[in-house]
Amino acid sequence: MTSLTDDQLDRYARHIVLREVGGAGQKALLAAHVLVVGAGGIGCPAVQYLAAAGVGRLSIIDHDQISLSNLQRQPLYGTGDIGAPKAETAAAAVARLNPDVAVAAITEAITADNIAPLLADTQPDIVLDGTDNFMTRLIVSDACVAARIPLVSAAIGMFQGQVGSFYGHLPDAPCYRCFVGDAHDADDCDTCADQGVLGALCGLVGSFGAMEAIRAITGFGEDAKGKLHVYDGLKPDMYTMRLPKDPACKTCGSLAAA
Amino acid sequence: MLKVIINGEDKRVSPGSVADMVRALGFQPEKLAVERNREIVPRSMLGEVMVADGDMFEIVHFVGGG
Repeated sequence: MTSLTDDQLDRYARHIVLREVGGAGQKALLAAHVLVVGAGGIGCPAVQYLAAAGVGRLSIIDHDQISLSNLQRQPLYGTGDIGAPKAETAAAAVARLNPDVAVAAITEAITADNIAPLLADTQPDIVLDGTDNFMTRLIVSDACVAARIPLVSAAIGMFQGQVGSFYGHLPDAPCYRCFVGDAHDADDCDTCADQGVLGALCGLVGSFGAMEAIRAITGFGEDAKGKLHVYDGLKPDMYTMRLPKDPACKTCGSLAAA
Repeated sequence: MLKVIINGEDKRVSPGSVADMVRALGFQPEKLAVERNREIVPRSMLGEVMVADGDMFEIVHFVGGG
């Protein structure tokens, strides 16, 4: 691995001074590729912090255009961006934020048919999913298990956030389907549009997702596998649960340890 | 009746499986996650794991927005 430049030592000084990250962790970030699915309420803050952290390669997938009702919670975008593609606008912001990051925008809609080739082409180390519906989340999760890619899933609704790190390709770790099951595969409605979401909650949950991706890359702190974090913004309160692999899960159950 | 705690509240529930308890509360077990004594019950086991006196449950409704 190449050494850090003087500018990088300065830019990432607050990471490098952390014993749990250090120069080795920063180099790992610069060598890492994170694929962010959805450049909306979760994706905006996640992309900002991953770019600032010097994740060397970011791919951003979103097929939507920026609308006026997005701006309450998607602060990468301004009024002048309405109508522009989210992925490309977010990628332009990344290029402005940090020259260390090679960023790619993908404006295709994710389907069960194109996700596997998309992962094979881009070859991310981690996928961070912040998309707006269960159908896409399950498509992404199933494909990550098949491609053996760790998945950080971050989701919001109204005042609640749910964040988990899923390693379903491993024998002792659950996948996202172990959590939500099979009752949501056809559920493609945007729940935020139906039920609302407090804008600032997206910053909290999107940053949490970015932090879990950075944890996966650098290995700081405790192992995140099989933990599901639920944030209740009404109280506020955060609660962490243990999620075991479901041996009957149709996606990852066959990979369970005997 | 069994004494349990559900989402922080004391409740009395009939003996049965975790899925039975969830249905009696008016929910569909396939649409939520149930944590029992700090660990989520695997979805395929919801109909088999029996509620015990003193169990602590958290019932989690999924959010999928972004």
